[in-house]
Amino acid sequence: MHTARKPVTEQATDLIAEIYTDAWSRIVGIMLRLTGGDWDLAEECVQDAFTQALQKWSVSGVPRQPLAWLTTTARNRAIDRMRRASIGTAKLREVAALDLEPPSYTSDSEIPDERLELMFTCCHPSLNLEAQVALTLRSLTGMSTGEIARAFLVSERTMGQRLFRAKQKVVHARIPFRVPPTHLLPERLPAVLSVLYLLFNEGYGDPPKTRLCQEAIRLARALTQLMPDEPEAQGMLALMLLHNARRHSRFDTNGDLVTLEEQDRSLWDTAEIDEGTAILERALRQRRAGPFQIQAAIAACHATAPSAAQTDWPEIVGLFARLSRIAPSLVVDLNRAVAIAMVDGPEAALPLVDAIVETGQLDDYYLLHATRADLLRRAGRMAEASESYRTALDLAPTNAERRFIESRLRPG
Amino acid sequence: MKYLMLVCIDPDPKPGQADGAPDVDDWVKEMDSKQIRLMCNRVLQARDATTVLVRNREVLLTDGPYAETKDLIAGFDVLECADIDEAIQVAARHPMAWSGVIELRPFWPDGED
Repeated sequence: MHTARKPVTEQATDLIAEIYTDAWSRIVGIMLRLTGGDWDLAEECVQDAFTQALQKWSVSGVPRQPLAWLTTTARNRAIDRMRRASIGTAKLREVAALDLEPPSYTSDSEIPDERLELMFTCCHPSLNLEAQVALTLRSLTGMSTGEIARAFLVSERTMGQRLFRAKQKVVHARIPFRVPPTHLLPERLPAVLSVLYLLFNEGYGDPPKTRLCQEAIRLARALTQLMPDEPEAQGMLALMLLHNARRHSRFDTNGDLVTLEEQDRSLWDTAEIDEGTAILERALRQRRAGPFQIQAAIAACHATAPSAAQTDWPEIVGLFARLSRIAPSLVVDLNRAVAIAMVDGPEAALPLVDAIVETGQLDDYYLLHATRADLLRRAGRMAEASESYRTALDLAPTNAERRFIESRLRPG
Repeated sequence: MKYLMLVCIDPDPKPGQADGAPDVDDWVKEMDSKQIRLMCNRVLQARDATTVLVRNREVLLTDGPYAETKDLIAGFDVLECADIDEAIQVAARHPMAWSGVIELRPFWPDGED
């Protein structure tokens, strides 16, 4: 006798929830190709297919090939809508061509996976970064306009306009729906990586937005599966996992930031750390190191160390030096100085930090002043430290960061 | 798909930015033979421009360029390309993308108001 099998309704909702994100993005890709880039029609038809699935599957059970069922339903709806819209218009020819397509998909395995094409279209550098991020979230994760708006703290109306303009530019400028040819990949892949990493960072901020981190990791995972020969994609996924593994220790019970040094390492997600380091090792074996792989290697040094003191700081100093060579930035130099302080003491690092201060380029970056203050405090130069802490306090962007600096200003 | 390629002058050029730029004659020959470049011309300097606007049914003329375009537009090409990627490649190979700036504007789509 069967033990407590779930009712059909629950089975249907569970399955739809489980496959929603991947199915949404794959079918949106297929519909975009079918409708010749009509984003609204594509999204509407996919939405409609999910609504129908929820109703029908709850009654008659989940079909054996759910992706094929959804795709065929969305496709029929699109053809129907285009046929109706085309009566008496020049679009008739296109619809006639549609009739030559196979009537429906019968198996999930024959559904093309066009998520990669979709990623490259959404992250095309002729769109501005905000548009790239919004379009990526809408078409690749199926988040609603309202959800995306809330994640970026803008009104739904603003986000709606942003998405509308982005979709319009894709159509008007004719941004192609394809994976760029090999000779364009070196200039196009970084755009995709930076959008996905920006999504992750947006979610990893303060306060954290778990959904964005999850979606960024899911998309990075899909990217590594679709482009298994791109070590930087793997490096980025590893970096995300190694950061995300520390999510439970980053804030204390008051919601205040806890520094890496002071985090409770028993809260770190060891399974995620193991996965991240394994992916990183696979990437590094391809011997084409890039900024994401090096940052992931640094994150791995931290994630696998039993304590701050037992961290392989000399290795981290070397990795930052390497990062600085291939992707020069003052922020990287600042981080390198912090690592040098851990190896050779604060006095060794202060001249490097002062050199960054002298460029004047990071004047408004509170972490520069907070770092300098920390080094001065550790070197016993309290008066100078207080002065730098105050500068940092004025520049700190969030309350949690201000509270953290204030705690450092208090004696004891 | 047609794109207007506006060829503009960089108002603030850095020394050496055009080093290694491709030859314009090669570009013209290639794009003409591929029938990518449909038409083109240089235009005279901004001080020879006339700005026309009608306000309250009155034609108002200004000697000089529309403020937004300043002194930048040096010429234009009309390109026929498969998509924006091809147009970007064509534009990037024009020497003025090195020594100046190129702006690509898609033509108004057929059948849209």
